[in-house]
Amino acid sequence: MAIFRDRQYLRVNVDKSPDESLWMKCKSCGELIFKRRVRENNNICPNCSEYFFLTAEERVELLVDEDSYVDITRPIAANDPLMFVDRKPYSERLEEAQEKTGLVDAILVGQATIHDLPVILAVMDFRFIGGSMGSVVGEQICHGIEAAIEARCPFLLVSSSGGARLQEGLFSLLQMAKTATVRGRLAESGLPFISIMTYPTSGGVQASIASLGDIIIAERGAMIGFAGRRVIQHTIAQELPSDYQTDAFAFEHGAIDRVVKRENMRDELSSLLGFFAEVA
Amino acid sequence: MSNERTLDLLEAKIEELRQLNAADGIDLSGEITKLEKKLLDLRRELYSNLSDWERVGIARNPKRPYSLNYIETVFTDFYELHGDRILGDDRALLTGMARLEGSPVVVIAQQKGRSTEENKERFFGMTRPIGYRKAKRAFEFAERFGFPVVTLVDTPGAYPGLESEESNIGGAIAASLLTMSQLKVPILSVVIGEGGSGGALAIALADRILMLENAIYSVISPEGAAAILWKNKEQAKEAAVALNLTADHLHELGLIDEVVPEPLGGAQRDFDRTAADLRVALVKHLGELRELELQELLDARYARYRAVGKFQEQESDAA
Repeated sequence: MAIFRDRQYLRVNVDKSPDESLWMKCKSCGELIFKRRVRENNNICPNCSEYFFLTAEERVELLVDEDSYVDITRPIAANDPLMFVDRKPYSERLEEAQEKTGLVDAILVGQATIHDLPVILAVMDFRFIGGSMGSVVGEQICHGIEAAIEARCPFLLVSSSGGARLQEGLFSLLQMAKTATVRGRLAESGLPFISIMTYPTSGGVQASIASLGDIIIAERGAMIGFAGRRVIQHTIAQELPSDYQTDAFAFEHGAIDRVVKRENMRDELSSLLGFFAEVA
Repeated sequence: MSNERTLDLLEAKIEELRQLNAADGIDLSGEITKLEKKLLDLRRELYSNLSDWERVGIARNPKRPYSLNYIETVFTDFYELHGDRILGDDRALLTGMARLEGSPVVVIAQQKGRSTEENKERFFGMTRPIGYRKAKRAFEFAERFGFPVVTLVDTPGAYPGLESEESNIGGAIAASLLTMSQLKVPILSVVIGEGGSGGALAIALADRILMLENAIYSVISPEGAAAILWKNKEQAKEAAVALNLTADHLHELGLIDEVVPEPLGGAQRDFDRTAADLRVALVKHLGELRELELQELLDARYARYRAVGKFQEQESDAA
């Protein structure tokens, strides 16, 4: 299994045409649609406007200037510190996730420009064990923050995560402490941290680094919250409103600054970064 | 807990004989000694080789000493400070000043209830956003006056209800973490019972982390892990083992600094001794931390958390 055989794999704009079919079905409206049209439309269904899930690479492609992305993800991999086995060994889950996604873990870190303004960005990939934050994801986020301090530019984190990587036990819980600690250095450097919450941003990620943005923007349709529906129903069996942990819920209760549509996100970030162009 | 029950009965029997011994002038001391030996043997047998799952049981034992017991015994002069100054006062997380061997400290402690009535007030020890915001207030208060902070961790987890989400519990936990990471006074945390996930960590980003011998500290409860990873709640025992949540395991993994011993069977079996041992450990660690210059303290804390995690370097051009 050659994950880092060629760092080219991390480059955006890879042509993914070998995918079996040219057509896909929208789960929301049931319409058969031409795949390329979906891709050209920011992975939004041209028929019903439902968002399709974005991989980390697709997310990067959506956000940054063409050909501006340079991958700086640290070449590190999870090493199963507890030799964790549930129904399957963690090591096997890791291999499967690596094969499925072509990623080493659930995050990419890179430098890029957004409408010519430089940023360091870290982007999570939910396909990789639910985008969960274990030792590698925690380290990559810190690495990204340090790179932003080094380059004196803003730091962007796009979260898409169910929370802590349970298979790493307390090591993963402590990534919350780690990322929060390193985030403090960015603040001391006077550099902005823009946290973008997408579907889903929950558990240990929402309760640490993702909620520590100077500015917190949710992508429309994001799910944001600490304890999921199931946890609540198991522990205190409380009735929950239908908008529980939606973007609108988080916005209404003051947990985030703004909700932005996917197709507007790059422009939004560009105008936002403009305010900090003098600072960085 | 049938083992606990047997021990309780035996203890009651010994007590009864002692009273008879004193009252009637009949010499029962031989009988008493025999029973005491039996009690000790039974305790050894039951408790010297505890499984991880048995320790989960002890950590959650409703007879286990809670924060207020330690606050009253390990410290003196506890002066409680109430309220987050915004919305309310969380009775599941207490803050205040106290003295540890005469020196003022700020104590931040999670408190469970014993009776149904108490648990209603204390939300079964689950901290709400108002609790974390009160904790943040107490951390900042401590910093302002140069008081070291001692936190006592004992919670099944942060309170997961709708009202918690409405008050952004995740944001409250995150803010507490950031505050602790930069706090300009020593922070010492002790997990005395249950260290339930982010709800526990939110007051445990510390310079030293101690655990009582039978305390547990985990990213998720064994039951939660069983439900999510094993898809079967019945496998909580296996999950407890896999999670490495006991004090000994976490100490071996280098994630905590010291395990404070408990009497056989748990802290409730000899509370005074447990409290005395805890006081000694706290005084020792606090003494060491006080000797550091502020910058050394902050650098050490930064280095500790910057480094936490296990991963391997990957060759850039090989499999």
